[in-house]
Amino acid sequence: MDVRVDYGMCQDHGQCAIAAPKVFQMGDDGKLVYDKHPEDSQRDEVEEAADVCPVQAIFLDES
Amino acid sequence: MPSHVVIVGGSMGGLRAAEQLIANKFDGVVTIVGDEKHMPYNRPPLSKDVLAAERDDQNSTLDHWHSSVAFRQRKSIADVRWRLGSPAVSSDLGAKTVTLADGEVLNYDGLVVATGLRPRRLDLPGPQSGRHVIRTLDDAIGLRAELHPGTRVIVVGGGFIGCETAATARKLGCEVHIVEPMAVPMIRPLGEEFGNALRRVHEASGVHIHTGLSVEAVVAAAEDTSRLSAVILTDGTRLGADVLVESVGSHPNVEWLDGNGLDLGNGVLCDNHMRVESRPEVVAVGDIARFPDPATGNIPRRIEHWCIPTDTAKRAAATLIAHLSDEPCPDVPFSPLPSFWSDQFGLRLQGYGSPGDADHISVLEGDLSAPVDQDPSALDGTVVGYYQGSRLVGVVMLSPSPVTARNYREAVETSRAAVLTS
Ligand SMILES: Cc1cc2nc3c(=O)[nH]c(=O)nc-3n(C[C@H](O)[C@H](O)[C@H](O)COP(=O)(O)OP(=O)(O)OC[C@H]3O[C@@H](n4cnc5c(N)ncnc54)[C@H](O)[C@@H]3O)c2cc1C
Ligand code: SF4
Repeated sequence: MDVRVDYGMCQDHGQCAIAAPKVFQMGDDGKLVYDKHPEDSQRDEVEEAADVCPVQAIFLDES
Repeated sequence: MPSHVVIVGGSMGGLRAAEQLIANKFDGVVTIVGDEKHMPYNRPPLSKDVLAAERDDQNSTLDHWHSSVAFRQRKSIADVRWRLGSPAVSSDLGAKTVTLADGEVLNYDGLVVATGLRPRRLDLPGPQSGRHVIRTLDDAIGLRAELHPGTRVIVVGGGFIGCETAATARKLGCEVHIVEPMAVPMIRPLGEEFGNALRRVHEASGVHIHTGLSVEAVVAAAEDTSRLSAVILTDGTRLGADVLVESVGSHPNVEWLDGNGLDLGNGVLCDNHMRVESRPEVVAVGDIARFPDPATGNIPRRIEHWCIPTDTAKRAAATLIAHLSDEPCPDVPFSPLPSFWSDQFGLRLQGYGSPGDADHISVLEGDLSAPVDQDPSALDGTVVGYYQGSRLVGVVMLSPSPVTARNYREAVETSRAAVLTS
């Protein structure tokens, strides 16, 4: 699956890293790093991460 | 026979309830009834980015703004039926029906109550033009159109939304006054010391704060008596005003449930499964739900935070599906961790737990008395713990690093979990 975070919108709330820690991590500089093509087994967690992002900055392909 | 779930309330709670029903393999029909015409959108940006945005933006139509705050729709909810722009006006929970303003009567097997809140209004006669609240996208756009450099703005109510609105209006160059009936802004959620630190941030940025006072009257403009030109405070102070923002709390949208014998005193009373009293096929989610949390003493309360519609929707969907399929409800206690944030003058306030329950606080990192005259970021990294006796019940941080935020979130979670297992 494809994941995209709009860094222009992201405000480093870090909620995604709590919901889907395998896919989203907060780097040492406090900025978000993430896996753009996670395994399909991560889908539920990634959906969850997209839901809990307070600024709705996470986009997934829905294919 | 497939069953029908009606969700009343077409915002975050309603959307999450639909998603969770379907994620839990509900295979009947879902209808969402909403008063607003818009598909569900995110409210926190309304007092922040939407209000702050460039006014001359040629794209600044309602549709443009809606698309900038709309919630992502899971593909799984493509078959949900939306009945937007026509509120539910009454219900008969015995007959399992909901009646909409346009006369349509919907029959249901399961009902989700997700009608949220509306702002309380000040009971002040006189000119109405220039008076605003901020709950909906339409509210935010209406207010934004009136905020110009030099506009005199009075915000009544120094809670989170009032203070955010004041900060945003100030950034737009308005002359801003906050009128707060309590002694300190944001005192209820944050306590005196923290509230005072934020007060200094506001004042250093030019916001005037009047505490212990309220607005007693609005004065009409001589040239146009429908518009206000000043407000009179309870101590007689007269403040020139072009815009009055009423941010004095909210009122749960429960009227459509009248006549069913429910306790609607402050939202809809539910049990820990989010079930509405004695109605196993009716559940409530989000801001309107008053439910007991075993981690905070089991006293039913409403929690007006962004995380709650999602958490309660998960619980409510599981409860409803269990009921509709004659299965027992999941037998684990439900205790969602309240999490909230606020953005004011470049500071991100981030909180977990229920600091309002504390009997004392302790500054765990940083210094709440740091001078902010030059730069509010002097408070960055401050962490305040909220305690009931020796128990940590909440933590509030200012612009914490993600690692700090995560560690303190875990500390609050651990402390709450200890109550559940004791
Ligand atoms: C300006 C603002 C800023 C905020 N900022 C933050 C923040 O920074 N952090 C945070 O944690 N939380 C914040 N919140 C709170 C958060 O947005 C709410 O907790 C959340 O929106 C609650 O969702 P809900 O679906 O329960 O209720 P609501 O969002 O109130 O939705 C209820 C919906 O039901 C509809 N409705 C009402 N009556 C009827 C009826 N009879 N029939 C049909 N439909 C009806 C309403 O029109 C509305 O669309 C903010 C809220 C506001 C207003
Ligand atoms: S939750 Fe949203 S805002 Fe926060 S780090 Fe993740 S993408 Fe960015």
